[in-house]
Amino acid sequence: MDPPCSWMVSLLKTDSKELGQAVASPHPACGHPLPRGRGAGGEGKDWRPRIVAFFCTWCTYTAADLAGMSRMTYAPNARIVRFMCSGRVDPQFVLAAFTQGADGVLIGGCHPGDCHYQSGNHKALRRFALLQRVLQGLGIEPERLRLEWISASEGDRVQRVMDDMADKIQELGPLCLERPPHPKQDRDLKGAVLKGVAP
Amino acid sequence: MSKPKVGFYWCASCGGCEEAVVDLAEDILKVVEAVDIVFWPVALDFKRADVEAMKDGELAVCFVNGAIRTSEQEEMANLLRRKSQLLVAFGSCSHLGGIPGLANLFDREAIFDRVYRTAPSVDNPAGTLPQESVAVNGSRLTLPAFRDTVRTLDQTVEVDYYLPGCPPPVPLIAGAVTAILEGKLPAKGTVLAPDRALCHECPRQASKPDKLLIKDLKRPHQVLIDPEKCLLAQGLLCLGPATRGGCGAACIGGNMPCTGCMGPTSHVKDYGAKALSLIASILDADEEGEIEAHLDALVDPVGTFYRYSLPASLLHRRVRTGASAEGGANHGSHDHD
Amino acid sequence: MGRTITIDPITRLEGHGKIDVFLNDQGNVDHAYFQVPELRGFEKFVEGRPAEDMPQITSRICGVCPTAHHMAATKALDDLYKVEPPEAAKKIREMIYSAFMVEDHALHFYFLGGPDFVVGPTAEKAKRNILGVLGVVGAEIGLKVIGLRKQLRDLISLAGGKVIHPVFGLPGGISKALSKEDQAKFVAGANAAVEFGQFSLELFDKVVLKNPKYVEWIISPAYTHQTYYMGLVDAQNKVNFYDGSLRVVDPAGKEFSKFKAQDYLQHVAEHVEPWSYVKFCFLKSVGWKGFAEGADSGIYAVAPLARLNASQGMATPKAQGAYEQFFKTLGGKPVHHTLANHWARLIELLYAAERMQELASDPQIIDPNVRMLPTATPKEGIGVVEAPRGTLFHHYETDERGVVTRANLIVATQNNAARIAMSVDKAAKGVIHNGHVDDGILNMVEMAFRAYDPCHGCASHALPGQMPLIVRVYDQHHEMVKEIRRN
Repeated sequence: MDPPCSWMVSLLKTDSKELGQAVASPHPACGHPLPRGRGAGGEGKDWRPRIVAFFCTWCTYTAADLAGMSRMTYAPNARIVRFMCSGRVDPQFVLAAFTQGADGVLIGGCHPGDCHYQSGNHKALRRFALLQRVLQGLGIEPERLRLEWISASEGDRVQRVMDDMADKIQELGPLCLERPPHPKQDRDLKGAVLKGVAP
Repeated sequence: MSKPKVGFYWCASCGGCEEAVVDLAEDILKVVEAVDIVFWPVALDFKRADVEAMKDGELAVCFVNGAIRTSEQEEMANLLRRKSQLLVAFGSCSHLGGIPGLANLFDREAIFDRVYRTAPSVDNPAGTLPQESVAVNGSRLTLPAFRDTVRTLDQTVEVDYYLPGCPPPVPLIAGAVTAILEGKLPAKGTVLAPDRALCHECPRQASKPDKLLIKDLKRPHQVLIDPEKCLLAQGLLCLGPATRGGCGAACIGGNMPCTGCMGPTSHVKDYGAKALSLIASILDADEEGEIEAHLDALVDPVGTFYRYSLPASLLHRRVRTGASAEGGANHGSHDHD
Repeated sequence: MGRTITIDPITRLEGHGKIDVFLNDQGNVDHAYFQVPELRGFEKFVEGRPAEDMPQITSRICGVCPTAHHMAATKALDDLYKVEPPEAAKKIREMIYSAFMVEDHALHFYFLGGPDFVVGPTAEKAKRNILGVLGVVGAEIGLKVIGLRKQLRDLISLAGGKVIHPVFGLPGGISKALSKEDQAKFVAGANAAVEFGQFSLELFDKVVLKNPKYVEWIISPAYTHQTYYMGLVDAQNKVNFYDGSLRVVDPAGKEFSKFKAQDYLQHVAEHVEPWSYVKFCFLKSVGWKGFAEGADSGIYAVAPLARLNASQGMATPKAQGAYEQFFKTLGGKPVHHTLANHWARLIELLYAAERMQELASDPQIIDPNVRMLPTATPKEGIGVVEAPRGTLFHHYETDERGVVTRANLIVATQNNAARIAMSVDKAAKGVIHNGHVDDGILNMVEMAFRAYDPCHGCASHALPGQMPLIVRVYDQHHEMVKEIRRN
């Protein structure tokens, strides 16, 4: 069997009930079947994007809390991961999110000048800019990685950005990344003394 | 007691790793007193059939260099894995994909098209392409399949140890071979090289400022390069801070920046991501417009940050749209390219 | 349909290859095919790379002759930016290049081609390698070869950063200048190289030319083809590895064409076959007439024999003497015997050593000015050198930022690919009869390609005999950790 693409890997990690669902049209990039009902779309609906959001605790995460407490509804596609600072977002996290099934990644931090740690968000901005160029070189559409400055009081902004991003990624379709095979690495060497070689 | 048997093999390789072993010169004499090299196509006349005739595990250790690009290389990797107690990925290509890994920015069709059809010196009106199987004068000739995607050795078979570098520095090779013969190997999966960034051993370390900030990124041909000063401090893209040491800073010795051939330290999974993070951290720009202007000097981010490590990276290759729909010549059925 | 014999892999060369020999019912050879089963796609994946990275990227085409690609790429960059390097830079480049030619040619003769003549082509498989060679010529000579190569390779590292995949090439110059101490080392290395070159030719004479059986093989029709020959020559039509014009002579030895690298597309073309990943070069004006020799076929050869044929002499005195001796012995120019490549290679080795001597003692070598910064907007650049295995073309097109948009590479062995295929076929037909095949006979088929392809070597087998040995093992800090003495 082919090693599964990133899209299917993420599927296999989710609710196994969904695997039994009827198959819709194949994914245009990888040709793998798109089952119905996966993701937040609900029964009978087609694919919905999965977004990972890295939010800084001081500003954006607080804003998301505020949105929640104010009963603002917005697209439920994002899984939020809380960071101390947007400057802590290692580009490897973004790439790992994509390879583990995210169709989009959102980074949220404080407005320039407001960073709790002075300049963490400036680093985030530079990393983001460079990472965008790298992703484009690797064929990933720029809309899939997004950086937003959202302050603690801007719950409505969280709502707008989440909705907007979900729409944009829905249009783009799922991100299908080929996964290399990983042979089992479980041979026990125990000090690796070779037969016939005196230690 | 008979001597342990050792093999060397090359996949999608340039042969530089073979030369590196030869460069052990006198240093390897102790080793070759202790082992029997029974397979090394560059130097010895033993054939594939000789390896196939061996018992499983008959080879004490096999060093395999080169990336995995064709079906023949996949077969040989699997064959040598079966016949070897220890399999060592030797050099950047088998470790991370190496420079041939840059082909993961393209696919077989694009490569074949350029090489066999559109290159300006090619005279091929019929558009002939190499075939996996073709009848010529009544005889059948075969070629290995050329995959769409370059892979590392450990994406193909189980690998026990890694010797990084393009090529691995001679002292590291000597150290690794000694460790193997003395049975003093670290945990399986270890990269047999120091686990610190290159800056620690760089002769120009003293001139690297504590707060390193680059105002203007320079390309090496645009400036005269001071042979004493830290290259990053001169505005050149030296990837030393993101790269594993152990090479004696040879390229810096040649007055050119490090390009990252030793790969990352053990703390990093995706080398390119860390390299780009390094540059982002030291860029002296805060406004979005300023940042973009500075980054324009970086004309090839993917090729610069992933020069040796694209196949091993998290994204592994450039995303292809409509890949299966295209098909293309030589496409085996679901050989998973 | 008779049986098929496959030699897989071919050995004692750089790279992968297999030979399929198809026998008819009588057990004689119908056809033999020399197939190259590998491709990496450099011509495509360098698209998008900064041009100034090309010397280091393309050197990974071959780790045995990385300096050749590095140099061809660097010269292509000079052309790309229309920038002329300072004299010191050009001389240092050629000096490094000369050192490289000596050590690479030495490697091939002693470790790759050597075993076939020194040990004997049909000797036992396990002896047809450097071990067997040293068993015949002695361990002292072995140490000499290893030592000389190490000395020259250390010089390349000194000037170029690394010897395997050097870093020094830039458009308009080189990355660092040389000191007086560096120069002294180069002078010493060059002197050792010249002595070594003379010694090697004497050895060849003793071991090969004085052996009538070997001479018979060299001049036998099974290893002979009459083709065109191409090589780089200076203004006096003498062999030059670093720069000059391409000169082509026809099978009768007459000058057929002479052109600058920039015009290569008008003269050289590549043919594709479905049974090999390598492309086959031919002369455009003559045309591709299939795998045939003669003046009507566009097939040509490069590398040592071809370079001697295509030139009118060697630019240094000792090598010139050897050149004259070569043609006198083999009956005049041009020489069509493929195995004569081994002899021609040693003549080139001597020339490279003498050239290194000339350049190393030039006072300009220590001039600190080794860079001319480019100012022109890049567009297109073509560079050519003579690699050990033949003429090497690098051709880049870039955008105005100097990022490669298209690249074309004609890599040494490709120029020979058609003739190699013919040689293997002819050799197989010459040595395999009535179905009689053994390991030694198959090796004689392999000898047909080996003469063209100097590559890797091996210095990694035990030295035989009672040679006194001191072995020192160093750790990565270059501290000696162990010293072992024998005898």
